[in-house]
Amino acid sequence: MNVQVTINGEKLSADVEPRLLLVHLIREVFRLTGTHIGCDTTHCGACTVLLDGRPVKSCTMFAVQVHHRDIQTVEGLEQNGALHPLQEGFIAEHGLQCGYCTPGMLMTTKAFLAKHPSPSEDEIRWAISGNLCRCTGYVNIVKAVQHAAAKLRAAAPAGGAR
Amino acid sequence: MTTPKTSPEVGGMGHSIKRKEDPRFIRGKGTYVDDVVLPGMLYLDIVRSPHAHAKIVKIDTAKAMAVPGVLAVITGADLAKYNLHWMPTLMSDTQMVLPVEKVMYQAQEVAAVLATTRYAAADGAAAVEVDYDPLPAVVSPQKALEPGAPVLRTDKKDKKDNHIWHWEWGDRAATDRAFSEAEVTVREQIYIPRIHVASIETCGCVAYFDKVNDKLTVWMTTQAPHAIRTVFALVAGHVGLAEHKIRIISPDIGGGFGGKVPVYPGYVIAVAASVLTGKPVKWIEDRMENLQADSFARDYHITAELAAKKDGTLTALRIKTLADHGYTDAAANPSKFPAGLFHVCTGSYDLKAAHVEVDGAYTNKPPGGIAYRCSFRVTEAVHTIERMVDIMAHQLGQDPAEFRKKNFIKPEQFPYKSALGWEYDSGNYAGALDKAMQTIGYAELKREQAEKRQRGELMGIGISSFTEIVGAGPSKHFDILGLKMFDSCEIRVHPTGKAIARFGTKSQGQGHETTYAQILAEELGIPAKDIQIEEGDTDTAPYGLGTYASRSTPVAGAAAAVAARKIVDKARRLAAYLLEVAPEDLVYEPGKFSVKGAPNRSKTIQDCAFAAYTNHPQGMEAGLEAVSYYDPPNLTYPFGSYICVVDIDKGTGEVKVRRFVAIDDCGNIINPMIVQGQVHGGLTMGLAPALLEEISYDEHGNVQGGSFIDYLLPTAVETPKWETGHTITPSPHHPIGAKGIGESATVGAPAAIANAVVDALWHLGVRHVDIPITPPKVWKLLREKGVTE
Repeated sequence: MNVQVTINGEKLSADVEPRLLLVHLIREVFRLTGTHIGCDTTHCGACTVLLDGRPVKSCTMFAVQVHHRDIQTVEGLEQNGALHPLQEGFIAEHGLQCGYCTPGMLMTTKAFLAKHPSPSEDEIRWAISGNLCRCTGYVNIVKAVQHAAAKLRAAAPAGGAR
Repeated sequence: MTTPKTSPEVGGMGHSIKRKEDPRFIRGKGTYVDDVVLPGMLYLDIVRSPHAHAKIVKIDTAKAMAVPGVLAVITGADLAKYNLHWMPTLMSDTQMVLPVEKVMYQAQEVAAVLATTRYAAADGAAAVEVDYDPLPAVVSPQKALEPGAPVLRTDKKDKKDNHIWHWEWGDRAATDRAFSEAEVTVREQIYIPRIHVASIETCGCVAYFDKVNDKLTVWMTTQAPHAIRTVFALVAGHVGLAEHKIRIISPDIGGGFGGKVPVYPGYVIAVAASVLTGKPVKWIEDRMENLQADSFARDYHITAELAAKKDGTLTALRIKTLADHGYTDAAANPSKFPAGLFHVCTGSYDLKAAHVEVDGAYTNKPPGGIAYRCSFRVTEAVHTIERMVDIMAHQLGQDPAEFRKKNFIKPEQFPYKSALGWEYDSGNYAGALDKAMQTIGYAELKREQAEKRQRGELMGIGISSFTEIVGAGPSKHFDILGLKMFDSCEIRVHPTGKAIARFGTKSQGQGHETTYAQILAEELGIPAKDIQIEEGDTDTAPYGLGTYASRSTPVAGAAAAVAARKIVDKARRLAAYLLEVAPEDLVYEPGKFSVKGAPNRSKTIQDCAFAAYTNHPQGMEAGLEAVSYYDPPNLTYPFGSYICVVDIDKGTGEVKVRRFVAIDDCGNIINPMIVQGQVHGGLTMGLAPALLEEISYDEHGNVQGGSFIDYLLPTAVETPKWETGHTITPSPHHPIGAKGIGESATVGAPAAIANAVVDALWHLGVRHVDIPITPPKVWKLLREKGVTE
């Protein structure tokens, strides 16, 4: 089957088996390997990407389900050589160690901050509870998200959330 | 932290510089094994046993071979032709790569399918038909050792039972005497269950045997690439693999924690498939394979006894342990110590007598006995002593904090020789405990607890004052498969004063590219940003035993300092030549040599590096390079005190960790930000087995907890808001006074949580609860004690 999809703003297409998983379309067909696989069963969130702006776990979706839709992956976060505030936050607050869960964390929190510009710590913890990290104990991931939230608020036009 | 010696621009020890690894990881540009794709690469998938113990009657591959894209089905019989169906374990036992006669645990590898795509390989694996003749499964180690139990290892001639080994340590007679003279004794059965490290990246490899050059390259998830190369050469030498033609590349690794030390059958099958086909072969396990078949940790059945005087002075410790190893002893231990460093079990206490016995047993479970972010059975040791000390304190009606302080090894007793023979390098245990008590407000919490108890609320305060033992290890006592446990650093300073350094270790998230550069910056004065760190490629890095058991800083970090000092020695001679003075007339501060009494006359390390290639004196070799293979004189003994406050929900049995203060001491600190991050992660991997994680088996040997549906890793919601701090007691024998920090928290935290739970329930008559302390377990206990909501 032919799948046409926009990934990080680029229109791409591929002929795929109907059963091909979305994560394999992204990683193996389009060679965007920043999206990782950790559990194959929707539990760990390492494969999280944004589908029309909403986080989905790409290990349990078929590639054909994203036909004519918009996907964002970690590779699309950096714009014109400028890191996304979340990427800056993860570096500044030591929000990553082995880096394997990081792309999924970044995508989940990007969608979260778009809806919750001033989240509390507990809201952040609930927001990332579908993304497992074995290295950091989450403390610094929470700080990284707070770091990014502050930066995004500062950059947002007065009175409006981004 | 003491003030850093170097400027922030140099970024030596004590600076929280940002990690060099991060720019690639936050862009999704790391290279993990599954990201490696080679032209013409084939895929391997594995057929696994549904039975815990069964004879293989027949393997029918016809339907699998008919699947489009399937090229071959590999069985034990195929490997037997090359004598590769069995392999040695790290403990010199034997393990099947693929079985010929019978399977020994559920999820054991039975056959492997090689295909042109990942999906075709999976289809092929599903189409392989295996006829089994089930055999009775021996699941419990106690039953395994009963007379008349079915003998599992029928492959071993003359093996008449399921007993693997007996090991004991310490002075039995003195310990028995101390117990017979004791005024008070306590005894407890403690089970520390089977768990799994469950790094978020599973295991896998890409093996490529280049038939033109006879060269095997394997990208694999390994924490110990050099040792793996040697093992491959030894195991497969007879089929033509020679060590100079084997290159192991350990790329970015998505968490290791001990689970990526062993050689799993999948790696070996992939290598064999590539050697046979001459094509690259990728094998990546899925999560269920990872949890069900890869090496487990712990599974120790412990009987512990502690003796004391009435005044609370501890006198002796006696431990008997039954270790369930599954069907083979595939533990990752130094070969001299089949129970690892379990005999550090006297902990932080000045015990005059101790004796430990451990017996290993075979069962129909997956092999292992590896670490779970811990140095060779140290968590088992710490959990036991910290539980027992707490039980004794409660039994005597003494405050657990004061009781610990009374029995601690005192600062002036270091170096301290323990009753079980270890020489503790340095410590200030009361200092850490005092700081933890102060931080958490211990006295106030005790008052709150007393009030709440009046009201029938269940609140507990638990302490763990652990001592770790890391940095294996001195070659006199430490080897794995005969390979001594040194580690290495090789430095090359380039003409322009920048440098590259390579190590025998391999980071799995610990941040070595940053911290090693900081050690070198501290010694050489070359900015950390100007030093490239590389690990994990056996064709380029010096030989070392790898990263596990918190050994990177204690061993390879020491090698870095020693190699750097060799560089400084040569640079000093170059500076002396440039300044036309004698080397001994120079004063060195990191990065600069100046003439004694004439500080304006100086040369930088960069000047010396340039001269080493452009203007070196006659008679001196050109270049500025050094290597060190560091054999540590002793292990290092990090320590800390943790205090945990829990509230127990009487209605649900849920244990809620309200506060957790962790004061750690890992000696001198290289990067405070990274150290704190290691503690956060370690604490979370301490919470996990304390409250959530267990892999258990039913009576038929069916695994329970073999997926993330029922093997529960803590999410951000269950994880407490950790409060951390530190004291600094340098290691006297380590070149930079550092110890190790990656595992302390995993080792120390479970006991603090368990002690807090028991503290909340002691007045109800509860003396001990085995981990994981799950809501159903607590709920049942509360009902037994007559507590209702």
